[in-house]
Amino acid sequence: MTRVACHKFAVLVIGAGPAGMAAAACAGESGVRVGLVDDNFRPGGQIWRSQTAREPALEAGGWLERLRASRVESLCGVRVFDAPEMGVLLAETADDLCELRYDKLILATGARERFLPFPGWTLPNVMGAGGLQALVKSGLPIRGKRAVVAGTGPLLLAVASYLRKHGAEIGMVCEQASWASLGRFAFALMGQPGKIVQALQLKKDLAGVRVITSSWPVAAQGNNVLETVTISRRGKSETLSCDYLACGFHLVPNTELAALLGCQIDRDFVRVDDFQRTTVPEVFCAGEPTGIGGVESALVGGQIAGLASGGRVAEARELFGQRKKLRSFAAALDDAFQLRPELRDLPSAETTVCRCEDVPYSRLQPYPTWRAAKLQTRCGMGPCQGRVCGPATQFLFDWTPDSVRPPMFPARVESLAAVASSPEPQQEAVTGGH
Amino acid sequence: MPNLSLTVNGVSLEVEPGTTVAAAAMLAGQPCRVSVGGAPRGPLCGMGICFECRMTINGRVHCRTCQILCEPGMEVKTDD
Repeated sequence: MTRVACHKFAVLVIGAGPAGMAAAACAGESGVRVGLVDDNFRPGGQIWRSQTAREPALEAGGWLERLRASRVESLCGVRVFDAPEMGVLLAETADDLCELRYDKLILATGARERFLPFPGWTLPNVMGAGGLQALVKSGLPIRGKRAVVAGTGPLLLAVASYLRKHGAEIGMVCEQASWASLGRFAFALMGQPGKIVQALQLKKDLAGVRVITSSWPVAAQGNNVLETVTISRRGKSETLSCDYLACGFHLVPNTELAALLGCQIDRDFVRVDDFQRTTVPEVFCAGEPTGIGGVESALVGGQIAGLASGGRVAEARELFGQRKKLRSFAAALDDAFQLRPELRDLPSAETTVCRCEDVPYSRLQPYPTWRAAKLQTRCGMGPCQGRVCGPATQFLFDWTPDSVRPPMFPARVESLAAVASSPEPQQEAVTGGH
Repeated sequence: MPNLSLTVNGVSLEVEPGTTVAAAAMLAGQPCRVSVGGAPRGPLCGMGICFECRMTINGRVHCRTCQILCEPGMEVKTDD
Protein backbone atom coordinates (compact mmCIF):
# COMPACT_ATOMS: atom_id res chain seq x y z
CA MET A 1 0.00 0.00 0.00
CA THR A 2 1.14 3.53 -0.69
CA ARG A 3 2.23 5.34 2.42
CA VAL A 4 1.36 9.01 2.76
CA ALA A 5 4.28 11.02 4.08
CA CYS A 6 3.29 14.47 5.38
CA HIS A 7 5.57 17.45 5.58
CA LYS A 8 4.63 20.94 6.75
CA PHE A 9 6.77 23.96 5.92
CA ALA A 10 6.56 27.69 6.50
CA VAL A 11 8.12 28.09 3.06
CA LEU A 12 8.09 25.38 0.43
CA VAL A 13 10.28 25.79 -2.67
CA ILE A 14 9.60 23.72 -5.79
CA GLY A 15 12.68 23.22 -7.96
CA ALA A 16 16.27 23.00 -6.69
CA GLY A 17 18.06 24.81 -9.52
CA PRO A 18 19.80 28.17 -8.97
CA ALA A 19 16.56 30.12 -8.38
CA GLY A 20 15.17 27.53 -5.95
CA MET A 21 18.44 27.12 -4.04
CA ALA A 22 18.83 30.87 -3.63
CA ALA A 23 15.18 31.25 -2.59
CA ALA A 24 15.37 28.41 -0.08
CA ALA A 25 18.67 29.65 1.43
CA CYS A 26 17.30 33.19 1.91
CA ALA A 27 14.02 31.90 3.33
CA GLY A 28 15.84 29.48 5.63
CA GLU A 29 18.10 32.24 6.95
CA SER A 30 14.95 33.87 8.38
CA GLY A 31 14.85 30.95 10.82
CA VAL A 32 11.65 29.27 9.59
CA ARG A 33 11.16 25.68 8.42
CA VAL A 34 11.91 25.50 4.70
CA GLY A 35 11.53 22.57 2.30
CA LEU A 36 13.28 22.38 -1.08
CA VAL A 37 11.72 19.84 -3.44
CA ASP A 38 13.11 18.53 -6.73
CA ASP A 39 12.28 15.57 -8.94
CA ASN A 40 15.93 14.90 -9.69
CA PHE A 41 18.08 12.87 -7.33
CA ARG A 42 20.32 15.82 -6.41
CA PRO A 43 19.90 19.59 -6.13
CA GLY A 44 21.50 21.82 -8.77
CA GLY A 45 18.90 21.86 -11.51
CA GLN A 46 19.97 21.57 -15.13
CA ILE A 47 22.80 24.08 -15.16
CA TRP A 48 24.46 22.79 -12.00
CA ARG A 49 23.86 19.12 -12.72
CA SER A 50 26.93 17.32 -11.50
CA GLN A 51 28.13 13.93 -12.59
CA THR A 52 28.86 12.53 -9.17
CA ALA A 53 28.16 13.50 -5.59
CA ARG A 54 31.93 13.81 -5.15
CA GLU A 55 32.27 16.68 -7.58
CA PRO A 56 29.33 19.07 -7.20
CA ALA A 57 29.36 21.95 -9.68
CA LEU A 58 31.71 24.55 -8.21
CA GLU A 59 29.37 27.51 -8.55
CA ALA A 60 26.71 25.61 -6.59
CA GLY A 61 29.04 25.02 -3.64
CA GLY A 62 28.40 28.30 -1.82
CA TRP A 63 24.65 27.90 -2.09
CA LEU A 64 24.76 24.28 -0.90
CA GLU A 65 26.72 25.48 2.12
CA ARG A 66 24.12 28.18 2.86
CA LEU A 67 21.32 25.62 2.54
CA ARG A 68 23.05 23.36 5.05
CA ALA A 69 23.79 26.22 7.45
CA SER A 70 20.17 27.41 7.41
CA ARG A 71 18.88 23.83 7.86
CA VAL A 72 16.78 23.77 4.71
CA GLU A 73 15.27 20.31 4.28
CA SER A 74 16.08 18.99 0.84
CA LEU A 75 13.58 16.51 -0.63
CA CYS A 76 15.01 15.05 -3.85
CA GLY A 77 13.38 12.50 -6.14
CA VAL A 78 9.99 14.05 -5.29
CA ARG A 79 7.66 15.02 -8.15
CA VAL A 80 4.63 17.26 -7.56
CA PHE A 81 1.55 16.14 -9.52
CA ASP A 82 -1.42 17.91 -7.95
CA ALA A 83 -2.49 20.96 -5.95
CA PRO A 84 -5.83 19.84 -4.47
CA GLU A 85 -6.32 22.96 -2.31
CA MET A 86 -4.41 26.13 -1.38
CA GLY A 87 -1.67 25.19 1.09
CA VAL A 88 -1.31 21.58 -0.05
CA LEU A 89 0.63 19.89 -2.85
CA LEU A 90 0.68 16.19 -3.61
CA ALA A 91 3.85 14.54 -4.84
CA GLU A 92 5.26 11.10 -5.52
CA THR A 93 8.57 9.56 -4.60
CA ALA A 94 9.83 6.30 -6.13
CA ASP A 95 7.57 4.36 -3.75
CA ASP A 96 5.37 6.73 -1.77
CA LEU A 97 2.75 9.43 -1.94
CA CYS A 98 3.83 12.61 -0.25
CA GLU A 99 1.64 15.45 1.07
CA LEU A 100 3.44 18.77 1.24
CA ARG A 101 1.83 21.56 3.28
CA TYR A 102 2.98 25.16 3.15
CA ASP A 103 2.21 28.68 4.31
CA LYS A 104 4.20 30.28 1.47
CA LEU A 105 5.13 28.60 -1.79
CA ILE A 106 7.99 29.57 -4.12
CA LEU A 107 7.91 28.15 -7.64
CA ALA A 108 11.32 27.73 -9.25
CA THR A 109 10.35 25.15 -11.84
CA GLY A 110 12.88 26.20 -14.49
CA ALA A 111 12.65 25.73 -18.22
CA ARG A 112 12.87 22.96 -20.77
CA GLU A 113 14.23 22.93 -24.30
CA ARG A 114 11.95 23.71 -27.21
CA PHE A 115 11.98 20.88 -29.73
CA LEU A 116 10.88 21.30 -33.33
CA PRO A 117 9.93 18.33 -35.49
CA PHE A 118 11.84 17.51 -38.68
CA PRO A 119 12.08 14.20 -40.57
CA GLY A 120 14.06 11.70 -38.49
CA TRP A 121 13.99 13.66 -35.21
CA THR A 122 12.51 10.66 -33.39
CA LEU A 123 15.55 8.42 -34.12
CA PRO A 124 17.50 7.32 -31.04
CA ASN A 125 20.57 9.56 -30.50
CA VAL A 126 18.78 12.66 -31.81
CA MET A 127 18.44 14.56 -28.53
CA GLY A 128 18.14 17.99 -27.04
CA ALA A 129 21.34 20.03 -26.81
CA GLY A 130 20.95 20.25 -23.05
CA GLY A 131 19.58 16.70 -23.27
CA LEU A 132 22.84 15.24 -24.58
CA GLN A 133 24.83 17.29 -22.09
CA ALA A 134 22.67 15.97 -19.24
CA LEU A 135 23.23 12.39 -20.40
CA VAL A 136 27.01 12.91 -20.58
CA LYS A 137 26.91 14.43 -17.10
CA SER A 138 25.05 11.35 -15.93
CA GLY A 139 27.53 8.80 -17.21
CA LEU A 140 27.28 8.54 -21.02
CA PRO A 141 30.86 8.37 -22.39
CA ILE A 142 31.32 10.78 -25.32
CA ARG A 143 35.07 10.46 -25.97
CA GLY A 144 35.80 9.76 -29.63
CA LYS A 145 32.15 10.24 -30.65
CA ARG A 146 31.06 12.69 -33.33
CA ALA A 147 28.32 15.14 -32.42
CA VAL A 148 26.52 17.82 -34.42
CA VAL A 149 25.03 20.60 -32.27
CA ALA A 150 22.09 22.47 -33.78
CA GLY A 151 19.07 24.66 -33.10
CA THR A 152 19.24 28.08 -31.49
CA GLY A 153 20.27 29.87 -28.33
CA PRO A 154 23.38 30.46 -26.22
CA LEU A 155 23.14 26.88 -24.92
CA LEU A 156 24.44 25.51 -28.25
CA LEU A 157 27.96 26.92 -27.84
CA ALA A 158 28.09 25.98 -24.17
CA VAL A 159 27.07 22.40 -24.98
CA ALA A 160 29.51 22.13 -27.90
CA SER A 161 32.31 23.35 -25.64
CA TYR A 162 31.34 20.91 -22.88
CA LEU A 163 31.17 17.93 -25.26
CA ARG A 164 34.51 18.83 -26.83
CA LYS A 165 36.18 19.10 -23.43
CA HIS A 166 34.96 15.59 -22.72
CA GLY A 167 36.53 14.22 -25.87
CA ALA A 168 33.79 14.49 -28.49
CA GLU A 169 34.52 15.62 -32.03
CA ILE A 170 32.11 18.46 -32.95
CA GLY A 171 31.11 17.98 -36.60
CA MET A 172 29.42 21.38 -36.79
CA VAL A 173 27.46 23.87 -34.70
CA CYS A 174 24.39 25.10 -36.62
CA GLU A 175 22.67 28.24 -35.28
CA GLN A 176 19.44 29.18 -37.04
CA ALA A 177 19.80 32.86 -36.11
CA SER A 178 21.64 35.13 -38.52
CA TRP A 179 25.01 36.80 -38.02
CA ALA A 180 23.17 40.10 -37.86
CA SER A 181 21.01 39.07 -34.92
CA LEU A 182 23.98 37.54 -33.10
CA GLY A 183 25.82 40.83 -33.67
CA ARG A 184 22.98 42.74 -32.03
CA PHE A 185 23.11 40.25 -29.15
CA ALA A 186 26.86 40.77 -28.71
CA PHE A 187 26.33 44.52 -28.72
CA ALA A 188 23.70 44.20 -25.99
CA LEU A 189 26.24 42.34 -23.83
CA MET A 190 28.71 45.23 -23.92
CA GLY A 191 27.61 46.52 -20.52
CA GLN A 192 28.12 43.11 -18.90
CA PRO A 193 31.81 42.24 -18.60
CA GLY A 194 31.04 38.82 -17.08
CA LYS A 195 29.14 37.76 -20.18
CA ILE A 196 31.93 38.97 -22.46
CA VAL A 197 34.49 36.90 -20.54
CA GLN A 198 32.23 33.83 -20.91
CA ALA A 199 31.82 34.48 -24.65
CA LEU A 200 35.57 34.83 -25.20
CA GLN A 201 36.20 31.60 -23.27
CA LEU A 202 33.68 29.76 -25.48
CA LYS A 203 35.37 31.14 -28.59
CA LYS A 204 38.69 29.76 -27.33
CA ASP A 205 37.16 26.38 -26.41
CA LEU A 206 35.66 26.04 -29.87
CA ALA A 207 38.70 27.12 -31.89
CA GLY A 208 38.73 25.14 -35.14
CA VAL A 209 35.08 24.03 -34.84
CA ARG A 210 32.75 25.04 -37.68
CA VAL A 211 30.09 27.34 -36.20
CA ILE A 212 27.58 28.23 -38.93
CA THR A 213 24.80 30.79 -38.62
CA SER A 214 21.53 30.84 -40.63
CA SER A 215 21.79 27.05 -40.57
CA TRP A 216 19.52 24.28 -39.26
CA PRO A 217 18.90 20.54 -39.52
CA VAL A 218 16.40 19.48 -42.20
CA ALA A 219 16.54 15.70 -41.72
CA ALA A 220 18.16 12.95 -39.68
CA GLN A 221 18.71 9.53 -41.21
CA GLY A 222 19.61 6.09 -39.91
CA ASN A 223 18.52 2.50 -39.59
CA ASN A 224 16.87 2.42 -36.14
CA VAL A 225 19.55 4.78 -34.82
CA LEU A 226 20.99 8.11 -36.01
CA GLU A 227 23.69 7.80 -38.69
CA THR A 228 23.65 11.07 -40.66
CA VAL A 229 22.12 14.52 -40.43
CA THR A 230 21.35 16.86 -43.32
CA ILE A 231 21.92 20.53 -42.65
CA SER A 232 20.57 23.52 -44.56
CA ARG A 233 23.01 26.42 -44.78
CA ARG A 234 22.04 29.46 -46.77
CA GLY A 235 20.03 27.53 -49.33
CA LYS A 236 22.48 24.64 -49.74
CA SER A 237 22.33 21.33 -47.99
CA GLU A 238 25.12 19.23 -46.56
CA THR A 239 24.97 15.76 -45.04
CA LEU A 240 27.26 14.87 -42.15
CA SER A 241 27.77 11.54 -40.45
CA CYS A 242 27.49 11.66 -36.67
CA ASP A 243 26.84 9.58 -33.57
CA TYR A 244 24.72 12.23 -31.86
CA LEU A 245 22.63 15.19 -32.95
CA ALA A 246 22.19 17.59 -30.03
CA CYS A 247 19.35 19.83 -31.15
CA GLY A 248 17.31 22.32 -29.15
CA PHE A 249 15.57 25.55 -30.12
CA HIS A 250 16.16 27.70 -27.04
CA LEU A 251 14.05 27.30 -23.89
CA VAL A 252 10.41 27.36 -22.87
CA PRO A 253 9.36 27.97 -19.25
CA ASN A 254 7.82 25.26 -17.06
CA THR A 255 4.65 27.05 -15.98
CA GLU A 256 2.32 24.06 -15.52
CA LEU A 257 2.32 24.13 -11.71
CA ALA A 258 1.81 27.91 -11.64
CA ALA A 259 -1.14 27.52 -14.02
CA LEU A 260 -2.61 24.71 -11.93
CA LEU A 261 -2.42 26.95 -8.84
CA GLY A 262 -4.32 29.67 -10.70
CA CYS A 263 -1.40 32.10 -11.10
CA GLN A 264 -1.85 34.43 -14.04
CA ILE A 265 0.31 33.61 -17.06
CA ASP A 266 1.06 36.47 -19.49
CA ARG A 267 2.38 35.53 -22.92
CA ASP A 268 3.81 32.20 -21.70
CA PHE A 269 5.40 33.57 -18.50
CA VAL A 270 4.21 33.72 -14.89
CA ARG A 271 3.26 37.28 -13.95
CA VAL A 272 5.08 38.50 -10.83
CA ASP A 273 5.32 41.82 -8.98
CA ASP A 274 8.53 43.52 -7.78
CA PHE A 275 8.81 41.01 -4.93
CA GLN A 276 8.39 38.01 -7.28
CA ARG A 277 4.83 37.49 -5.95
CA THR A 278 2.41 35.90 -8.41
CA THR A 279 -1.25 36.91 -8.68
CA VAL A 280 -1.97 34.28 -5.99
CA PRO A 281 -0.88 35.99 -2.73
CA GLU A 282 0.83 33.03 -1.03
CA VAL A 283 2.70 31.99 -4.16
CA PHE A 284 6.01 33.45 -5.39
CA CYS A 285 7.86 32.57 -8.58
CA ALA A 286 11.49 33.06 -9.65
CA GLY A 287 13.85 32.08 -12.44
CA GLU A 288 12.99 30.99 -15.98
CA PRO A 289 9.17 30.70 -15.52
CA THR A 290 9.15 34.50 -15.09
CA GLY A 291 11.37 35.13 -18.17
CA ILE A 292 14.26 33.24 -19.81
CA GLY A 293 17.22 35.10 -18.34
CA GLY A 294 19.87 32.58 -17.33
CA VAL A 295 21.56 31.70 -14.08
CA GLU A 296 22.48 35.17 -12.73
CA SER A 297 18.93 36.37 -13.20
CA ALA A 298 17.57 33.22 -11.56
CA LEU A 299 19.82 33.71 -8.52
CA VAL A 300 18.72 37.32 -8.01
CA GLY A 301 15.02 36.55 -8.52
CA GLY A 302 15.32 33.57 -6.19
CA GLN A 303 16.91 35.67 -3.44
CA ILE A 304 14.21 38.33 -3.75
CA ALA A 305 11.47 35.69 -3.54
CA GLY A 306 13.14 34.01 -0.54
CA LEU A 307 13.55 37.29 1.33
CA ALA A 308 10.08 38.60 0.46
CA SER A 309 8.39 35.33 1.50
CA GLY A 310 9.73 35.98 5.02
CA GLY A 311 8.71 39.64 5.00
CA ARG A 312 12.30 40.90 4.62
CA VAL A 313 11.26 43.50 2.06
CA ALA A 314 14.04 46.03 2.73
CA GLU A 315 16.72 43.43 1.95
CA ALA A 316 14.77 42.27 -1.09
CA ARG A 317 14.61 45.87 -2.36
CA GLU A 318 18.40 46.12 -2.31
CA LEU A 319 18.51 43.55 -5.12
CA PHE A 320 16.08 45.36 -7.45
CA GLY A 321 18.85 47.28 -9.22
CA GLN A 322 20.76 44.10 -10.00
CA ARG A 323 17.62 42.44 -11.36
CA LYS A 324 16.83 45.39 -13.59
CA LYS A 325 20.26 45.19 -15.22
CA LEU A 326 19.90 41.46 -15.84
CA ARG A 327 16.50 41.93 -17.44
CA SER A 328 18.15 43.66 -20.37
CA PHE A 329 20.08 40.42 -20.98
CA ALA A 330 16.81 38.49 -21.04
CA ALA A 331 15.37 40.94 -23.57
CA ALA A 332 18.48 40.64 -25.75
CA LEU A 333 18.23 36.83 -25.64
CA ASP A 334 14.62 36.97 -26.67
CA ASP A 335 15.38 39.24 -29.60
CA ALA A 336 18.47 37.44 -30.89
CA PHE A 337 17.12 33.90 -30.94
CA GLN A 338 13.66 34.44 -32.47
CA LEU A 339 12.72 31.43 -34.57
CA ARG A 340 12.83 32.09 -38.32
CA PRO A 341 9.61 31.27 -40.22
CA GLU A 342 11.37 28.76 -42.53
CA LEU A 343 11.51 26.35 -39.58
CA ARG A 344 7.72 25.96 -39.87
CA ASP A 345 8.35 24.08 -43.13
CA LEU A 346 10.67 21.48 -41.58
CA PRO A 347 8.14 18.68 -40.98
CA SER A 348 6.97 16.60 -43.93
CA ALA A 349 3.43 15.16 -43.99
CA GLU A 350 4.64 11.93 -42.31
CA THR A 351 6.87 13.56 -39.68
CA THR A 352 5.79 12.64 -36.16
CA VAL A 353 4.85 15.76 -34.18
CA CYS A 354 3.45 14.16 -31.00
CA ARG A 355 6.06 11.61 -29.99
CA CYS A 356 3.98 10.06 -27.21
CA GLU A 357 1.06 9.13 -29.47
CA ASP A 358 2.90 9.04 -32.86
CA VAL A 359 0.66 11.69 -34.45
CA PRO A 360 2.05 12.88 -37.81
CA TYR A 361 2.05 16.45 -39.10
CA SER A 362 -0.57 15.78 -41.80
CA ARG A 363 -3.16 14.66 -39.24
CA LEU A 364 -2.79 17.91 -37.28
CA GLN A 365 -2.90 20.37 -40.15
CA PRO A 366 -6.72 20.50 -40.53
CA TYR A 367 -7.38 21.64 -36.94
CA PRO A 368 -7.80 25.28 -35.92
CA THR A 369 -6.98 24.77 -32.23
CA TRP A 370 -4.89 22.60 -29.92
CA ARG A 371 -8.05 21.46 -28.13
CA ALA A 372 -9.71 20.26 -31.35
CA ALA A 373 -6.56 18.43 -32.44
CA LYS A 374 -6.25 16.79 -29.01
CA LEU A 375 -9.78 15.47 -29.07
CA GLN A 376 -9.53 14.14 -32.61
CA THR A 377 -5.94 12.86 -32.81
CA ARG A 378 -4.73 12.35 -29.20
CA CYS A 379 -1.92 14.83 -29.90
CA GLY A 380 -0.58 15.99 -26.52
CA MET A 381 -2.50 13.39 -24.55
CA GLY A 382 0.37 11.00 -23.87
CA PRO A 383 2.56 10.89 -20.77
CA CYS A 384 4.44 14.14 -21.48
CA GLN A 385 1.05 15.89 -21.58
CA GLY A 386 2.08 18.15 -24.43
CA ARG A 387 5.30 19.41 -22.85
CA VAL A 388 7.17 18.54 -26.07
CA CYS A 389 4.54 18.93 -28.81
CA GLY A 390 2.77 21.91 -27.15
CA PRO A 391 5.54 24.46 -27.75
CA ALA A 392 6.16 22.89 -31.19
CA THR A 393 2.54 23.22 -32.31
CA GLN A 394 2.38 26.72 -30.83
CA PHE A 395 5.14 27.65 -33.29
CA LEU A 396 3.96 25.50 -36.23
CA PHE A 397 0.24 26.28 -36.11
CA ASP A 398 -0.08 29.26 -33.73
CA TRP A 399 -2.13 27.11 -31.37
CA THR A 400 -2.35 28.41 -27.82
CA PRO A 401 -1.68 26.10 -24.86
CA ASP A 402 -4.62 24.33 -23.22
CA SER A 403 -5.50 24.71 -19.54
CA VAL A 404 -3.54 22.53 -17.09
CA ARG A 405 -5.48 19.87 -15.23
CA PRO A 406 -4.39 17.43 -12.54
CA PRO A 407 -2.53 15.14 -12.42
CA MET A 408 0.03 17.43 -14.05
CA PHE A 409 2.39 14.47 -14.40
CA PRO A 410 1.32 10.85 -14.81
CA ALA A 411 0.95 9.42 -11.31
CA ARG A 412 0.59 5.85 -10.09
CA VAL A 413 -2.90 4.40 -9.74
CA GLU A 414 -2.26 3.87 -6.00
CA SER A 415 -1.45 7.58 -5.54
CA LEU A 416 -4.53 8.65 -7.47
CA ALA A 417 -6.66 6.22 -5.47
CA ALA A 418 -5.29 7.68 -2.22
CA VAL A 419 -6.21 11.14 -3.49
CA ALA A 420 -9.65 9.98 -4.57
CA SER A 421 -10.42 8.51 -1.15
CA SER A 422 -9.77 11.90 0.51
CA PRO A 423 -12.90 13.91 1.53
CA GLU A 424 -12.92 15.83 -1.75
CA PRO A 425 -13.05 13.36 -4.64
CA GLN A 426 -10.66 14.18 -7.50
CA GLN A 427 -12.52 12.84 -10.50
CA GLU A 428 -10.07 14.26 -13.03
CA ALA A 429 -7.27 12.48 -11.22
CA VAL A 430 -8.99 9.12 -11.17
CA THR A 431 -9.52 9.13 -14.92
CA GLY A 432 -5.87 10.05 -15.44
CA GLY A 433 -6.45 13.63 -16.51
CA HIS A 434 -7.03 14.88 -20.00
CA MET B 1 34.43 3.50 -6.13
CA PRO B 2 34.32 0.27 -8.13
CA ASN B 3 32.09 -0.09 -11.16
CA LEU B 4 28.74 -1.79 -10.79
CA SER B 5 27.09 -4.24 -13.17
CA LEU B 6 23.52 -4.47 -14.43
CA THR B 7 21.72 -5.94 -17.43
CA VAL B 8 19.88 -4.12 -20.21
CA ASN B 9 17.68 -6.45 -22.28
CA GLY B 10 19.73 -9.35 -20.93
CA VAL B 11 23.07 -7.86 -21.97
CA SER B 12 25.27 -7.24 -18.96
CA LEU B 13 27.44 -4.15 -18.71
CA GLU B 14 29.51 -2.29 -16.15
CA VAL B 15 29.03 1.39 -15.39
CA GLU B 16 30.54 3.92 -13.02
CA PRO B 17 28.57 4.72 -9.88
CA GLY B 18 26.48 7.84 -10.50
CA THR B 19 25.44 6.68 -13.99
CA THR B 20 21.74 6.97 -14.77
CA VAL B 21 19.81 4.05 -16.24
CA ALA B 22 19.18 6.15 -19.39
CA ALA B 23 22.92 6.57 -19.93
CA ALA B 24 23.43 2.83 -19.36
CA ALA B 25 20.77 1.98 -21.97
CA MET B 26 22.46 4.26 -24.52
CA LEU B 27 25.83 2.74 -23.64
CA ALA B 28 24.35 -0.71 -24.23
CA GLY B 29 22.95 0.46 -27.59
CA GLN B 30 19.42 -0.50 -26.54
CA PRO B 31 16.28 1.57 -27.21
CA CYS B 32 14.43 2.76 -24.12
CA ARG B 33 10.97 2.13 -25.46
CA VAL B 34 9.05 1.15 -28.58
CA SER B 35 6.57 3.80 -29.72
CA VAL B 36 2.84 3.30 -30.41
CA GLY B 37 3.74 2.90 -34.09
CA GLY B 38 6.56 0.42 -33.36
CA ALA B 39 9.59 2.70 -33.69
CA PRO B 40 12.56 2.51 -31.30
CA ARG B 41 13.06 5.58 -29.09
CA GLY B 42 15.88 6.83 -26.90
CA PRO B 43 16.26 9.70 -24.43
CA LEU B 44 15.39 13.18 -25.74
CA CYS B 45 15.29 15.81 -22.98
CA GLY B 46 17.49 14.18 -20.33
CA MET B 47 15.56 15.98 -17.57
CA GLY B 48 12.37 14.05 -16.85
CA ILE B 49 10.02 15.98 -19.13
CA CYS B 50 9.62 14.02 -22.37
CA PHE B 51 9.03 10.47 -21.08
CA GLU B 52 10.89 8.99 -24.08
CA CYS B 53 13.40 7.24 -21.78
CA ARG B 54 10.88 5.20 -19.84
CA MET B 55 11.86 1.57 -19.36
CA THR B 56 11.03 -1.44 -17.20
CA ILE B 57 13.33 -1.72 -14.18
CA ASN B 58 13.19 -4.88 -12.04
CA GLY B 59 9.70 -5.55 -13.37
CA ARG B 60 8.30 -2.06 -12.79
CA VAL B 61 7.16 -0.51 -16.07
CA HIS B 62 7.34 3.14 -17.23
CA CYS B 63 10.31 4.21 -15.11
CA ARG B 64 11.84 7.56 -16.18
CA THR B 65 15.39 6.30 -16.53
CA CYS B 66 17.06 9.72 -16.86
CA GLN B 67 16.16 10.37 -13.22
CA ILE B 68 17.13 6.97 -11.81
CA LEU B 69 20.66 5.88 -10.90
CA CYS B 70 21.97 2.42 -11.78
CA GLU B 71 22.16 -0.03 -8.92
CA PRO B 72 24.06 -3.33 -8.77
CA GLY B 73 22.12 -6.21 -10.33
CA MET B 74 19.36 -4.07 -11.86
CA GLU B 75 17.43 -5.76 -14.65
CA VAL B 76 16.43 -3.16 -17.22
CA LYS B 77 14.25 -3.82 -20.25
CA THR B 78 12.92 -1.84 -23.21
CA ASP B 79 9.32 -0.70 -22.56
CA ASP B 80 6.75 -1.73 -25.15
